[in-house]
Amino acid sequence: MTTIEASPARATEMAAGPESRRRTPGFVADTWNVMTRELKPMLREPASILFAMVQPLVFLALFAPLLPDVGTGSALQWFVPGIIAMTALMGASMTGSNLTLEMNTGSHERLLVSPLRRSALLVGRALKEVVPVLAQGILIVAVVTPFSFDLHPVGVIVGLAIIATFAVGVGSLSFALALVSKGQDWIFWTVQQTLIFPVLLLAGVLLPIDDGAPGWLRFLGDLNPLAYIVEAERALFAGTFPAGTVLAGIGAAVGVAALGLVVGLRTMSRAD
Amino acid sequence: MDTTTGRKSSGPVIRTSALTRTFTRGKQTVEAVRGLDLEVHDGELVALLGPNGAGKSTTLRMLTTLIAPTSGTAEVAGFDVVRDQRAVRQSIGYVGQGNAAAHQQRGRDEVVSQARAHGLSRSEANRQADELLETFDLTEHAMRPVSTLSGGQRRRLDVAIGLVHQPRLMFLDEPSTGLDPQNRVNLQEQVRRLNRDLGTTIVLTTHYLEEADAIADRVIVIDHGLVIADDTATALKAGLGDLVSLGFARPQDASAAAARAERLDGASVTTTGTSVDIRVPHGRDLAPSLVTDLASTGTPAQRIEVVSATLDDVFLHLTGRSLRESNQTSTDSTTDEGEAA
Ligand SMILES: Nc1ncnc2c1ncn2[C@@H]1O[C@H](COP(=O)(O)OP(=O)(O)OP(=O)(O)O)[C@@H](O)[C@H]1O
Ligand SMILES: [Mg+2]
Repeated sequence: MTTIEASPARATEMAAGPESRRRTPGFVADTWNVMTRELKPMLREPASILFAMVQPLVFLALFAPLLPDVGTGSALQWFVPGIIAMTALMGASMTGSNLTLEMNTGSHERLLVSPLRRSALLVGRALKEVVPVLAQGILIVAVVTPFSFDLHPVGVIVGLAIIATFAVGVGSLSFALALVSKGQDWIFWTVQQTLIFPVLLLAGVLLPIDDGAPGWLRFLGDLNPLAYIVEAERALFAGTFPAGTVLAGIGAAVGVAALGLVVGLRTMSRAD
Repeated sequence: MDTTTGRKSSGPVIRTSALTRTFTRGKQTVEAVRGLDLEVHDGELVALLGPNGAGKSTTLRMLTTLIAPTSGTAEVAGFDVVRDQRAVRQSIGYVGQGNAAAHQQRGRDEVVSQARAHGLSRSEANRQADELLETFDLTEHAMRPVSTLSGGQRRRLDVAIGLVHQPRLMFLDEPSTGLDPQNRVNLQEQVRRLNRDLGTTIVLTTHYLEEADAIADRVIVIDHGLVIADDTATALKAGLGDLVSLGFARPQDASAAAARAERLDGASVTTTGTSVDIRVPHGRDLAPSLVTDLASTGTPAQRIEVVSATLDDVFLHLTGRSLRESNQTSTDSTTDEGEAA
């Protein structure tokens, strides 16, 4: 067993203060540190990303065949964008539970005493959501392409970018929720579970909210940013670029991201 | 801005003034720390000793910027813990009572990430991580999920993470809890070495009396949020004195001996039947002459035992409670077992 820096040479060097030779990392370096740290478990065990895939694949296999083909294309073509949005929403909204775990075991406390900026602790975590969203989106597209799904690469890329932006916002909100539920994990899960299904259903992910729907339901759907995103995704995945629909989707995603980051940053700077 | 070089070298490394923290849960108010005045100087190795709930962790949490004081002030490394939090954080290392490494992470990743957070270069961070993992005998476990490590392995990892940036000032909250005797000795050795060879100022909490006794230059005894003693372990024990127990053939002899012992400077004497217990400073040195003295006056002692004071005796004397018992009645999962070895 060796010992900590016992050699006299190091000791003198130390006496001068090792931290004086160090550059204090800036916000970008801090954020990068937090983000890569969050991604490490996934990187060390890439198969873990597949666990989150089980649910969307079950939906694709067991639900999509029930849907009638729509005028513009196959049922799958219509269903896949919504399923990708659903997977992103599910994953990003649950991501705060990792923070809950870290608050309970003590590692969050360690990060709070480190020089990492509070803002980086939030932004780095939120940005990390981009990675599983892209990985899962690409996997789903790869799985369905051999079936009745026409691949339009440009549309898919733009679509995934929109969903990733949305996931950053949802991830931030999830972390904020975890922070305010400190010590009472049930609050986190109750709020998350209560919100997620209305948001999904009101976005027309499983069934379209068309003109036949009651007015109040259409009204609630119009308030749901995810509804605009899903609509934009469907157009993009079909290889079309209707400006109004796509811009509305981008606007909704950027709006959610901005709101999430503001709420997240405020909560993080207030939490102790 | 590089605040790390802005350390003011003059004056104490830690200075608190009437530092107080209360917690309110519903109608209940707990005064966790009550008016702490403390100065710790560069290069000191200080142990905060006290039973469960004494306020040790709360004190460290205020000094490390985790919670704000209710009132009073504290300066750490020359920076105010409320106004200059980032500067404080850059100047210290902290091993909390929980686990520093997240359970879903790999241990080594966490050590490296912590080093990078403190501004070490990538290569320096890696080298430092490997060195510390080796020091704490963790190399072979470093790439396993932290959740699969044993409690003691996790604790060693916590300490490694806390030390990775070689802070000049280190706070450790019960670092040895959960370690087996061998690893505890190794940890104590590392802490002492850090203090002696590198001059790192160390403040640690413990409820292992032997640990405080063995490694700390200075022991601060805390009870119910108040400092009740603050000195070297040797001075604390010497102040209390040694326990000289004498046994006699007859109760009359014992009373005669007790009367004689009462005349010793600073002695407190208790007589039960044929035995006399004398708590007296330097009892170890006084005992031989006392015994010959008693023999010459016709009340010879039949049996003699001299026991030096322990920190537990000091604690018992100060609070009327034994620290060992205080800890045993707690719900804390840690025990004192194995410590006597
Ligand atoms: N967040 C909190 N909310 C309410 N009470 C608290 C909180 N933190 C600590 N306390 C209370 O403050 C008192 C001091 O607690 P502290 O954790 O400082 O004790 P300690 O000396 O570290 O004990 P231990 O040896 O068990 O770690 C206790 O009565 C504790 O219940
Ligand atoms: Mg404690």
